[in-house]
Amino acid sequence: MSQIQITEKPLGQFKLRRRPRSEKLVDRTFQDFVLVMSSMVFIILAGILILIILGSLESINNFGLKFIYTSNWNPVTNEYGALNSIYGTLFTSIAALFIAVPLGVGTAILITESFIPISIRNLVSLMVELLAAIPSVVLGLWAIFVMEPLIRPLLILIHKLFFWIPLFSTEPVGPSTAPSVLIIVVMILPIITSISRDSLKQVPRQLKEAAYGIGATKWSSIINITLPAAISGIVAGVLLALGRAMGETMAVTMIIGNSLNFNWSIFSPGNTIAAMIANQFGEADGGQVSSLMYAALILMILTLSVNILAQFAVKKLSLKY
Amino acid sequence: MINRTLTYNPSLKRNIYNRLLTFISAIFSIICIIPLLLVLIFVLIKGGNALSIQLLTQLPEPPGDNLIGGGGIGNAILGTFVVTIIASLVSIPIGVGGGIYLAEFSRNGKFSRFIRFGTNVLSGVPSIIAGVFIYGTIVSTRLIFGAAYSAIAGGLSLSILMLPLVIKTTDEGLKLVSDDLRKGALGVGASMFTTVSRITLPSAISPISTGILLAIARAAGETAPLIFTGLFSYYWPEGSQSLLEPIASLSVLIYNFAIEPYKAQNELAWAASFILLTMLLILNILARYVSMNNNNN
Repeated sequence: MSQIQITEKPLGQFKLRRRPRSEKLVDRTFQDFVLVMSSMVFIILAGILILIILGSLESINNFGLKFIYTSNWNPVTNEYGALNSIYGTLFTSIAALFIAVPLGVGTAILITESFIPISIRNLVSLMVELLAAIPSVVLGLWAIFVMEPLIRPLLILIHKLFFWIPLFSTEPVGPSTAPSVLIIVVMILPIITSISRDSLKQVPRQLKEAAYGIGATKWSSIINITLPAAISGIVAGVLLALGRAMGETMAVTMIIGNSLNFNWSIFSPGNTIAAMIANQFGEADGGQVSSLMYAALILMILTLSVNILAQFAVKKLSLKY
Repeated sequence: MINRTLTYNPSLKRNIYNRLLTFISAIFSIICIIPLLLVLIFVLIKGGNALSIQLLTQLPEPPGDNLIGGGGIGNAILGTFVVTIIASLVSIPIGVGGGIYLAEFSRNGKFSRFIRFGTNVLSGVPSIIAGVFIYGTIVSTRLIFGAAYSAIAGGLSLSILMLPLVIKTTDEGLKLVSDDLRKGALGVGASMFTTVSRITLPSAISPISTGILLAIARAAGETAPLIFTGLFSYYWPEGSQSLLEPIASLSVLIYNFAIEPYKAQNELAWAASFILLTMLLILNILARYVSMNNNNN
């Protein structure tokens, strides 16, 4: 008797109902709808690749691999070779990385370790993040009118001392590769710093405390314990920054000088793939569009492989602790 | 003897080494901050000096050797809003929807892992390539009502840059929602649609809106995709057709006028930087505020 009452009471309070057809339909449509939306990522990515490959076919047929190792860019005779800008892209981004990695990782260590009061550390951290919020075109404007004139005496000094090295062989007079490397450093510093900071923060405290316990100084525990434990995140951050540096367009376009001629010197105008596209794509037609697409394809391959490497770095290099 | 070894001896090699490295890392941090301070100071001084009411309301003069001045940047401010709103209208629904699929329907499936990978890859695509893509699909083919360079094309190119950011934050925001809530809702008989729209999405609204605000800030400051999709205009957008015509934006104005040899135009570029930077800083502070509110709850 009592058992029946217990089961009947809820049945009386809550009405059991079948799910109406309309509700099932809404659910089904909703699921399909969001599925299509998430597929948009793939559609756009595939679309970009297909468009760029189709657009560059003409140039690939005409020039083949010669495009990569010649630096003759001549819309009049319709002959194109992108060595100049490929070299520029690789040189500026890797040189920027060499400067930005020690600066960024050093700052990340300062932010995560307790050398200075927490309020100053938070302030530094906030400022580095704000640096990321400055659009690259504003940095380019600043580079043209403030930074380049400011560092020019220093560059001239380097030229006078080391003019016998091909890298410093021309006199710095204005827009050139050297200031564009520095502006890329400014652009990628926040990425390296914030990703390194996040991965340093995730290292368990016990590891550090164990190091202190056996007599390690702060820095020997940072170098021998914390950094190796956080290496996967740091490497991923560095690779992401490299991808960003290679694709960086506006600030570089504004300060690199956009030269079509190859020059070893970092004090003479140079070019990068992204800068070349930004400069010429609007007014290009025919074979030039196709060649710019070919250059875009090379840039795409470079950044994609770096980004994919970054994703693998997180998985493969992560230390098991 | 014991006492001596236990006290801090500053002349020990390891302690010197320690202090030296601390000093170096402090120097590095200062070097990191210097560019931010220099950029902010110069934009504040050079841009702030040029600020006036007519700057905000007038049209820019075409570059030339005129002595009157450069005019204003009114249409560029409006244009930046228009282009960013178009980009948001496209990318926020798609991004939030995509994120919902990843987090709610196929959490660890093969497909969602693939899409997450794609999202990371797409966020690494250089912004100029997004411009090339929209140029190739929409501008050169005149796909949208026969319009070539247009505000819509500009907005779409920015939406490609916003999309991965919105998807990622939605996905991660929804994953943070406690599974008990979700199971509770499903347990009392709510449909999946009701669960997502009434329970999980509202409880993840704070991280999602933080991400969306940051994505908008990124799009508003972006130039590279706009220079051959939205192009530039010296006029106000007028009439119903204005979305199908080239549109001015602050970032393209800065780029165009920074490389002009005329002083009046350069000053406009600084003023535009001031306005743009102020807008972006407000968005960033807003995003920070929203996420801080979340942490307090």
